[in-house]
Amino acid sequence: MTGGLARTARRVGRFGLLAGFVGFLAFPFYWMLITTFKTTQDLHNTEYNPYLFHDPPTLEHLRTLFEDTIFLQWLWNTAFVGVLVVIITIVLAVPAGYSLARTTGRWGQTLGVGIFLTYLVPPTILFIPLARVIAWLGLQDSLWSLVLVYPSISVPFCTWLLMGFFKAVPRDLEEAAMLDGLSRLAAFVRVVVPVSIAGILTCVIFTFTLVFQEFVYGVTFITASTNYTVSVGVPTFLVRGDVYFWGSMMAACLIASLPIAVIYNLFVDRFVAGFTAGAVK
Amino acid sequence: MAIVEARNISKKFAEVTAVEQINLTAEEGEFLVLLGPSGCGKTTLMRMIAGLEQPSAGRIVIGGRDVTDLPPRTRNIAMVFQSYALYPHMTVAGNIAFPLRARGTSKVETAERVTWAARMFDIERLLDRKPRQLSGGERQRVALARAVVRKPEVFLLDEPLSNLDAKLRHSARDELKQFQRNLGTTTLYVTHDQVEAMGLGDRIAVLNQGLVHQIGTPQQVYDRPADIFVATFIGSPPMNLVELDDVVLGFRPESFLPEEVHPAQDGRSRLPFRITRSEYLGADRLVYGVLEPPYPPTHVISKLPTNIRVEVNSGERHDFAVRLADLNRFDRASGRRLAEDGEAASATSDLT
Ligand SMILES: Nc1ncnc2c1ncn2[C@@H]1O[C@H](COP(=O)(O)OP(=O)(O)OP(=O)(O)O)[C@@H](O)[C@H]1O
Ligand SMILES: [Mg+2]
Repeated sequence: MTGGLARTARRVGRFGLLAGFVGFLAFPFYWMLITTFKTTQDLHNTEYNPYLFHDPPTLEHLRTLFEDTIFLQWLWNTAFVGVLVVIITIVLAVPAGYSLARTTGRWGQTLGVGIFLTYLVPPTILFIPLARVIAWLGLQDSLWSLVLVYPSISVPFCTWLLMGFFKAVPRDLEEAAMLDGLSRLAAFVRVVVPVSIAGILTCVIFTFTLVFQEFVYGVTFITASTNYTVSVGVPTFLVRGDVYFWGSMMAACLIASLPIAVIYNLFVDRFVAGFTAGAVK
Repeated sequence: MAIVEARNISKKFAEVTAVEQINLTAEEGEFLVLLGPSGCGKTTLMRMIAGLEQPSAGRIVIGGRDVTDLPPRTRNIAMVFQSYALYPHMTVAGNIAFPLRARGTSKVETAERVTWAARMFDIERLLDRKPRQLSGGERQRVALARAVVRKPEVFLLDEPLSNLDAKLRHSARDELKQFQRNLGTTTLYVTHDQVEAMGLGDRIAVLNQGLVHQIGTPQQVYDRPADIFVATFIGSPPMNLVELDDVVLGFRPESFLPEEVHPAQDGRSRLPFRITRSEYLGADRLVYGVLEPPYPPTHVISKLPTNIRVEVNSGERHDFAVRLADLNRFDRASGRRLAEDGEAASATSDLT
């Protein structure tokens, strides 16, 4: 009897904890969702319960977002930059991370740390010299300036992250593949990459998220509103002086976070730890 | 099937010399065991034969073809790693098919060969599983199946049994020998377990600190060790050594028996022995003690089968004997075995 009780108590505790985390993580989304559909008057009245609808839901904020701003254009711009930056990042960071992971001795270590240090220099310092570089290249007010600059953040971080993932892949695996008839490159592509897919997908998501939220470079290098990304366009157009268009802003955030949520959910099982389990021993 | 030759192979890592001027030939269809203590260069030698490591000097020749500068994939070698190195993202079937796919074998033939290899190791029911869903013994079978599936010229096995428990290891050893006989593939097998080496090897190469000390059949290596290292490395407990001037006498504990029960009636030499203690091990008794004059007071061990029921008590002095044919003589300075016959005879006269 007591054993049964203890087990029940443990289950309740476990689910309680889980529910707590889920609530904590889901709350921002709930807030975005409810704010998107609340009338402004409902939103601003402090007498009402802020977590529930008082007035009936409205589509007014969505209408503002899509009709009074060029949100779809911004979304398209962001996706365009995002996809290109992801491609550049993966093309550069995967081979770089692999080489660093397999370079033995002092050099590999030092280079790895050096690359990570560059990631720590914040855009708020770098944007001034980079503005000169962009001007010199004639890319002011062009989305290509962002395509060029964002990898300076994503490549070092992803190289460093992938280095860790590739180090965790036992060398035996590549060597087995080489004996089984592949060249080193083919062994890398057909064995190491699939085994490290969780790391590569993490980089894709990190980079995509970065492009969606980056503000400093976006606001510095781009002037025409038709070239804005979401993270620049939304605060620029939906904050007028001290008037905040909360409903439309939340709608924008919600819509912008959807693609990332979709990507993540497509691959969520790949992120489950222990992917290399069973390779050795 | 091919002859594998290592000609004057050396490998230096920065300061360490892992392999030094090794000459080694595995004959066609032979099961050659590389035996030696940890860190003696067994894995390094094997990796050079596989092409995963470039030798600092020397050539590797397989089937008469110098492959020293060729990449691993062109050598037609299959290796079973100590860790098994199964591809974790593929099923068992995918793992076994991998070497065939890498070589562009047709789908039909691949399927046939995978079935053949799986049947050989009795793992057909595991084909749809992922490596992480297998036990250690099953993983080993998958690794072996993947190695045999493309019928390589040479097998390299690096301590493939070391992850198995004692019981499984015994049956796996048996199967390994069986399938190697059936396929007749030249096999190099690395181990530091001498029982495994003696049981499996057609010949054993004993290595230490990057050098080959002896290559021979299990019997040659055990009965006629080439030097003191081999004499003491093989056998448990190790060979007894007695220093006499510039010669070292060696005899196995099991050939050192009480004189009255010694099977050899003549051609033996008597060694007076003071017993300090004995251990009962079930099938055997180990008797520890010190030799008495005229021999220098050396600690030696006798291994008595339990069915020899001679009383040997601690503190007693007892005459033991060794058959002359079981006496090994080594040069004290170099540790090398001394030539037989003539010298052996003269040593006998000193002894009695
Ligand atoms: N990549 C390397 N860099 C530097 N030294 C190495 C390297 N590989 C091996 N060594 C050294 O070479 C020597 C032989 O190593 P090896 O792995 O061949 O030993 P082993 O006989 O296989 O030992 P074990 O039975 O423990 O597996 C060791 O002293 C080891 O430290
Ligand atoms: Mg080894």
